[in-house]
Amino acid sequence: MTAQGPIIPGGISCRELVELVTAYLDGALDGDTSGRMEAHLRLCPPCTEYVDQIRATARIAAVAAAELELRPDRDSLLAAFQQFKAR
Amino acid sequence: MDDVIVDADAELLARLRAGDEEAFLTLVDKYGPLMLRIALTHVRTRAVAEEVVQEAWLGVLQGLSRFEGRSSLKTWILRIVANRARTRGEREARSVPLSSLGPDAGEDEPAVDPDRFMPADHPMYPGGWSIPPHSWARMPEEKLLAAESLQQVRAAIAKLPPRQQEVIVLRDVEGWEPEEVSQALGLTPGNQRVLLHRARSKVRADLEHYFGGVEA
Repeated sequence: MTAQGPIIPGGISCRELVELVTAYLDGALDGDTSGRMEAHLRLCPPCTEYVDQIRATARIAAVAAAELELRPDRDSLLAAFQQFKAR
Repeated sequence: MDDVIVDADAELLARLRAGDEEAFLTLVDKYGPLMLRIALTHVRTRAVAEEVVQEAWLGVLQGLSRFEGRSSLKTWILRIVANRARTRGEREARSVPLSSLGPDAGEDEPAVDPDRFMPADHPMYPGGWSIPPHSWARMPEEKLLAAESLQQVRAAIAKLPPRQQEVIVLRDVEGWEPEEVSQALGLTPGNQRVLLHRARSKVRADLEHYFGGVEA
């Protein structure tokens, strides 16, 4: 049996990785960190799941907002515009 | 940035300057929902948000002669409505959580509850998951996007600090680029990202709790 040291894929712990997800998805990480993050993700299903859930969250937020009808009151805005022009 | 959209806005802007009502209503239809959404991140009721939007349009009309087109019409309008909404929100004297004061407040807001990770001195998996997220992959799309899930997300966003709401609405709901959001809200790229990260992390955590994964 060989003695095993700690396992930290890519040299980034899971706890650190979850703080880098937004920067990673925006392509804002430097090349080295981004490469280490990808190395971690290849070996770590829970972190891969976490990144997928952040992506899913963004998508669900978009759908949730789209279903909410938001139209300002045209008539009162038009009245305000006419009043503004008359000044 | 789409050139066609920019050109359409330039044409509308010229007509608006000439007092054209049709152009005004076209812009109201185009940017109204976005403006309301941003107003609602700062004020509590739809009625007040409508007032903020109206004030913002007056601000736009008053500022027309000074608008030089150095930013896009979209980011300029957004900046005006965000400023009005902030002022109004502060006047409403709602109890503002500390974390909404800016990206610097509440610096140590972890994306995930630290208790879900192994301690840093764990011999095998330092900082590794001890309570990993349950997979959403096998959840049917109907459940993921069910009316209750969507309501859950709206509620989660509504309780975020206003600054985080602004950013998640622009980035994830409206699909703006990071640079546009930073410019419109006067944020550094880093602060923009921190606000988005906190917002998404909290909304994800609420969804996870709702989907029955883990105790929040």
